[in-house]
Amino acid sequence: MSANIHIQVEDFDVSDEINALTAEAPLTGAVATFTGYVRGDDGLTALTLEHYPGMTEHEISRIAADAARRWSLTGVTIIHRVGRLEVGERIVLVAVASGHRAAAFEACEFLMDYLKTRAPFWKLEERGGQSGWVEAKASDDAAAERWRKS
Amino acid sequence: MNILYFAWVRQKVGRSEETIEHTPELRTVGDLALRLCARGGGYAEAFGDMSRLRAAVNQAHASLGTTIDSGDEIAFFPPVTGG
Repeated sequence: MSANIHIQVEDFDVSDEINALTAEAPLTGAVATFTGYVRGDDGLTALTLEHYPGMTEHEISRIAADAARRWSLTGVTIIHRVGRLEVGERIVLVAVASGHRAAAFEACEFLMDYLKTRAPFWKLEERGGQSGWVEAKASDDAAAERWRKS
Repeated sequence: MNILYFAWVRQKVGRSEETIEHTPELRTVGDLALRLCARGGGYAEAFGDMSRLRAAVNQAHASLGTTIDSGDEIAFFPPVTGG
């Protein structure tokens, strides 16, 4: 299984991505997707996503390969947008295809947990005229850590 | 060695990359961080508290003890916040 990994400025269409993921994978019985959006809480107006070109793709490939070792998957698509995104815009898509739902659900969650703690992206928040870098959350580290035990 | 900076590390040091010649006393990522911190100014701000920083060597996550050599690409950045 090879993962489709895209780091891009442009938006994506979830339905198109699911169709592409399943088009040539007849053993697919389930697709689980996660879509992340810019959430407008505490007066947030926009996020600017910075990344480390090269390492980002390598790191996400490593995470996807790890998922493919843990679960029987028929396809994975991961899209992460970069640049300035306003409230309500899509940021990230993880789509996982598998023979059965349990593997699709679990692998999707695993990929998001590791994406959040391993892939080199950084969010700069805008609130009114002020901007500041988002701090990493201990809860995200804990979410990724639990997969080590299972 | 090519040194890269991201997010607030980049803002504090005032540049996104620079080249530093590898010398024998620069054995590890931590040695390099101390050298950069000793420059003072924005570098001292960025590297003053290494517990707030993360690093990568040749595009793979690294620790302060990871060894470095000439030709390496070494990056310093805050804990990641994507997704």
